[in-house]
Amino acid sequence: MLLNQYLLLAAVLFCIGVYGVLARRNGILVLMSVEIILNSVNINLVAFGAFRDNVGGEVFALFVIAVAAAEVGIGLAIVLLMYRNRRSIDLSEADMLKG
Amino acid sequence: MSTITSTLVLAAETTADLGPSSVDHAGWFIDNAWLIPLLPALSFAGILLFGKRMPRQGSELGIAAIAGSFLLALGAGFTWLGHRDDAHEGVAAVHRSIGWLQSGGIDYDVGILVDGLTVMMLFVVTAVSLLVHVYSTDYVAGDSRYTHFFAFLSLFTAAMLFFVLSDNLLQMIVGWELVGVCSFVLIGHWWEDKANSDAALKAFFTNRVGDVGLLVGVSILFFAAGGTFDTLTVTERINAGEVSHTALVVASLCLLAAVMSKSGQFVLHTWLPDAMAGPTPVSALIHAATMVVAGIFMVARLYPVFWEGMSIGGSSINVLAVVGAVTLLFGGLLAFTQNDIKKVLAYSTVSQLGYMVMALGVGAWTAAMFHLFTHAFFKACLFLGSGSVSHAVHSFDMKADMGGLRKTMPHTYRTFMVATVALMGLPPLAGFWSKDEILAGTGGWGILGGTGGNGAYVVMLAMGMLGAAVTAAYMTRVVYLTFFGEYRGHGHPHESGPRILVPLYVLAFFAVVAGLFNMPKGFQLWPSAWQERFGHYVEPVAAYFPSIAHAKPSWSLAIVSTLVALTGAGLAWRYYFGAVQRRSAADGVSLTELPDGPVSRGGVARAAHTLLANKYYFDHLYTGVIVKAVKGPLARAVYWSNQRIIDGAVNQAGRQSVAAGRAVYDHLDQGLIDTVIIDGSGRASDATGEGLRTMQTGKVQQYAAILFAAATVLAGVFILVLSI
Repeated sequence: MLLNQYLLLAAVLFCIGVYGVLARRNGILVLMSVEIILNSVNINLVAFGAFRDNVGGEVFALFVIAVAAAEVGIGLAIVLLMYRNRRSIDLSEADMLKG
Repeated sequence: MSTITSTLVLAAETTADLGPSSVDHAGWFIDNAWLIPLLPALSFAGILLFGKRMPRQGSELGIAAIAGSFLLALGAGFTWLGHRDDAHEGVAAVHRSIGWLQSGGIDYDVGILVDGLTVMMLFVVTAVSLLVHVYSTDYVAGDSRYTHFFAFLSLFTAAMLFFVLSDNLLQMIVGWELVGVCSFVLIGHWWEDKANSDAALKAFFTNRVGDVGLLVGVSILFFAAGGTFDTLTVTERINAGEVSHTALVVASLCLLAAVMSKSGQFVLHTWLPDAMAGPTPVSALIHAATMVVAGIFMVARLYPVFWEGMSIGGSSINVLAVVGAVTLLFGGLLAFTQNDIKKVLAYSTVSQLGYMVMALGVGAWTAAMFHLFTHAFFKACLFLGSGSVSHAVHSFDMKADMGGLRKTMPHTYRTFMVATVALMGLPPLAGFWSKDEILAGTGGWGILGGTGGNGAYVVMLAMGMLGAAVTAAYMTRVVYLTFFGEYRGHGHPHESGPRILVPLYVLAFFAVVAGLFNMPKGFQLWPSAWQERFGHYVEPVAAYFPSIAHAKPSWSLAIVSTLVALTGAGLAWRYYFGAVQRRSAADGVSLTELPDGPVSRGGVARAAHTLLANKYYFDHLYTGVIVKAVKGPLARAVYWSNQRIIDGAVNQAGRQSVAAGRAVYDHLDQGLIDTVIIDGSGRASDATGEGLRTMQTGKVQQYAAILFAAATVLAGVFILVLSI
């Protein structure tokens, strides 16, 4: 196996994630896309860690997973509250912070 | 200087490099002397944060901290005694330091330097501060800023202890400025009264004038001594003759300016009497016993600078000695014209500080330090006593509201009298020994049969003698106006409570016994083991201290100076206890109606009566001629120059700077800065904000798109830069 293959997989996942974040209107799906982006980064970290014999990459990936768990917890809570208040989780309608 | 000494000092200053040496284990108390200033510093923070919620509003914390410091200082003192006794030829100072910061290749350290001088100052500061803390719990009880007062007493004590422990010149400046700030805050404690906040400002600004001298002097020393702030290194290099004499002359003159402001020397002394606007415990602690001797301490610590710079050894006149001598005499004369008891004591402090500066100027280092030591106790006692009196009569005006208080306030009266006699310099109380040592140290008494000073300072001896007479005379006046005659105030004065009286008695006790610590050699009245103990333990015998000669005291000088002091007291006694007493009793003339000075008594007219009726031709000689000549015109002239010339210059400088400030405000501030820069930047950001506002759509996904686009652009730039 080559390092390139992992990097390409990560790049594809990252692009899918960015597309999801930018194009989807459903809040849950945007959160899932963010998870995909984070996991593409994890693949990069683990791949570099394995190929360079440096355990730091794996350790860092663990940190990212932990942070992602916290992030998705807060994100889902926000989506839930949004639904309760507006009966909708369409992000294009949530523009109350307009300047 | 013996080889032992130099190796010890070398070891002391390079402790970090050489590892264990004899001074590495100077005992727990000395090694940990940094705790002494730390305790009150912590109590300052504690009182500020939690003081108001404590049962005694923070005072208990301050007292506990300073009591701890006092015990630690006592421990350090006793450790030092043992340390000094173990050393035979000389004794190294204990020096501990840690790196503070490094900049431009220079190490800035912070540390402690402990020797005899340091432990003496630690003892004086913590002892007086502890007593003043206890006294204050009664004196400022019920004050609206009681907690604040104790917080700053703690901070002041911490700053002063930090100052005396400092091992380098920069640290000294930090401590010096800290005590100045505390002095400012405490003088203006009752700032609602305009006069008090004015006095605080005056003290602060006058001190700033001298502080410039300190900064310049320290900078010169830094460069002249080869780029180091370390006190031991600087002084050793000066003693070894490695520093240019011209640099030392300039540096010592600059430092003298700092001494003149902080220690109230003529011509920068005007702030000290005004500083009496602060609460009395503050006057006792800061403006009599401790802070004002910071200047004296600085000269003593950096003595080689002055010794070389002013050529003290073998000369007969120098700037330091002249400043001291002029201050001691003129400061004493000014005390006659004051009716405010605290102002009399303030001028007395100025005068006594003049003695110390003069002693340093004539090379009598130990005598100066000894006078500092004894003066701290009896002057603190006098100030606290005056506070006790004013607590009872609610006034500081001796002529209008005091008199006859010896009956109603017996304890205050007794302690005040003891301290007064000590200040007059009558044997066997403390002031006698220290003042006499200074007079002996002038070395200018060949006619009286003494030997061994550093030069022939005849003029200084004469002025010191005159000063002794003046001191005795004005203190007699104070005692008469306060404690004798009839009570002239309102209400019924009562004796103060125990928290005021106990500190008074403790200080009075020291005023009696402090002199015994340094009884001179050669007097065959007591065992030689008791002689010159103070000098033995306090005066450094090491490479960082110049080799000064020690004057031998003589019986004749002691007798003459005692007689001079008694003459001064006697003249004043004849006038106040004789003429004034009789007049006010017989004619019912109150003292307030007697204009100041014996001139107004119509003395000349009364003298025209018959010889028998006027058996006080002596009286007239004393009061009408001698005292009149001295007291009236001279004192008034000095006071006039004080108020007009010196104050005038200060006021003029103030007005000029106000005008300059006004011009700057009108043109620069209002014109350029306000309209162009301030308003302009406001308008610019307003416009930018309007533009940026349209970007804030509130749509999260749009933000994310901008984020990713920006990240892409930055990544592109990054790759581009790397590939070039």
